[in-house]
Amino acid sequence: MNAIATPRVVMKATSLVKRYGQVVALDGSDFELRAGEILAVIGDNGAGKSSLIKALSGATVPDSGEIQLDGVVTKFRSPIEARRAGIETVYQDLAVAPAMTIAENLFLGREMRRPGWRGGVLRMLDKRRMIEESVARLAELKVGIRSMSQALETLSGGQRQCVAVARAAAFAKHVVIMDEPTAALGVKEGGMVLELIRRVRDRGLAVVLISHNMPHVFEVADRIHVARLGKRATVLNPKKIGMSDTVAVMTGALRPEDLPAEALAH
Amino acid sequence: MASVMPDTQATKPNVGGLQWPAGLSVAVLGPVIALALACTFFATQSDHFLSGGNFSLILQQVAVVGVLAIGQTLVILTGGIDLSCGMLMALGGIVMTRFATTLGMPPALAILCGIGVTSLFGLVNGLLVTRIRLPSFIVTLGTMNIAFAATQLYSGAQTVTDLPPLMTALGDTFSIGSTQFAWGTVAMLALYALAWFVLRETAAGRHVYAVGNNPEATRLVGIATQRVLLVVYVVAGALYGVASLLSVSRTGVGDPNAGQTDNLDAITAVVLGGTSLFGGRGVIVGSLVGALVVGVFRNGLTLMGVSSIYQVLVTGVLVILAVTADQLSRRGAR
Repeated sequence: MNAIATPRVVMKATSLVKRYGQVVALDGSDFELRAGEILAVIGDNGAGKSSLIKALSGATVPDSGEIQLDGVVTKFRSPIEARRAGIETVYQDLAVAPAMTIAENLFLGREMRRPGWRGGVLRMLDKRRMIEESVARLAELKVGIRSMSQALETLSGGQRQCVAVARAAAFAKHVVIMDEPTAALGVKEGGMVLELIRRVRDRGLAVVLISHNMPHVFEVADRIHVARLGKRATVLNPKKIGMSDTVAVMTGALRPEDLPAEALAH
Repeated sequence: MASVMPDTQATKPNVGGLQWPAGLSVAVLGPVIALALACTFFATQSDHFLSGGNFSLILQQVAVVGVLAIGQTLVILTGGIDLSCGMLMALGGIVMTRFATTLGMPPALAILCGIGVTSLFGLVNGLLVTRIRLPSFIVTLGTMNIAFAATQLYSGAQTVTDLPPLMTALGDTFSIGSTQFAWGTVAMLALYALAWFVLRETAAGRHVYAVGNNPEATRLVGIATQRVLLVVYVVAGALYGVASLLSVSRTGVGDPNAGQTDNLDAITAVVLGGTSLFGGRGVIVGSLVGALVVGVFRNGLTLMGVSSIYQVLVTGVLVILAVTADQLSRRGAR
């Protein structure tokens, strides 16, 4: 990734401000996401990390500031609008319907209908095609789940998260935002999801990874956005800085200006 | 890099997890067994029970509760409950019969007015649940009482008689062999087939399940969950209106005291049929089987000469057993 001289900027935010009454959640935060990268967003509680992600995914509307998607200024009033613009979000608490099948979950709200009068007049679902498509999409990402007609709740937590990630990857045109995708998972399952996140990146999508888990961040991130006091403190290069220094920047014990120049990502 | 993910769990489904919708057979199996057991028991108690005439009678008696149970199933699938169904049915029956007799309205129009009133109540239920976000339990408890009072006031607590023939047409019968079947039974079965198709084969139907299964996730994928809920309550109301017509057809009168046992019977039928009160899981055919179980119990106990109070008692026990089974299977699935 770092061999590429000037990667295209997919999403950019400048001077985002969000206040909740007296509390300033975002105090002029900047953000930049490039094509084909995994950008980790880290920050202490109250650093403005989740407010930033909410603004980017359309869950909240910032009071001021500007968001650009592929160079075009955009305003999302709801997650649905962001989704239509090609930004898919994977939520921490698994936004899936557990009693429904994998294929149904993948196509929920985007169902395919049968051709001809069956789909047109009777509005019948094309279950077979949705299952075939699901098999193809999951195979592309090497998610080893065989039957698409089994209920999601029959899967392990990691496999469910893989389905959620695969759904996002299948429909995202620009960006996949993942909010703590490995938080509820064990070591092996977490590794499985990280591997999948890399594959999503390798298919050319830009990935935003919000995580508290430093080893996971360092395992997959190409750059690390550090949120602090409602602003972007700095962007770090995980290959040139250690975990303890990163945490020190995050908590404010170490100022970004005092870091060696190579530790900063460009 | 190209590590293949473990898929051991994927190939063998958990014991507790329903294979949905492939699990149709499993989900309906319980109520079918209950139905078979009940039939066997009553067959040993009464010689008359297994006769074609009695079978036809049970189907006629079940038609009203069966249609109420379709509306109830829709509401319960979304995670709600509709306590107003029986009272709305009584109100619809009084409205259509009074409109046709006292007001002298053409019967077809009067029938539509009755269905319109129950649909309107459904709309009120739906608006209160979606706009004010009140629990369906309390909303429908309120409309149940309002509908009951409205029925009594409008009818003057008097039965409406001398109905035009069109109004009782669904009570007419036709014969297959030596057994008489009512058109009302046919209407009920047709409505079940329609509900089965919509719930299983269309996106709208699957969204009903999704809303009940995980409303927040359903909203986040861009489905207008509030609209799904609203439509469900209105359609349920309209179905209660159809049940009004079936009830009027069968009894030949507009009865202000109709629907009082049907209310609980419809909920019992749905729960017996395996639809989860937690929403998002269930099969419409199960509700039909559940309604048959309720009908068989009522009929069988009557044939045995058991007082109707005990029939209510048995229904109460049945509904608690069914809900307990639902809760325990949910726990097992975790």
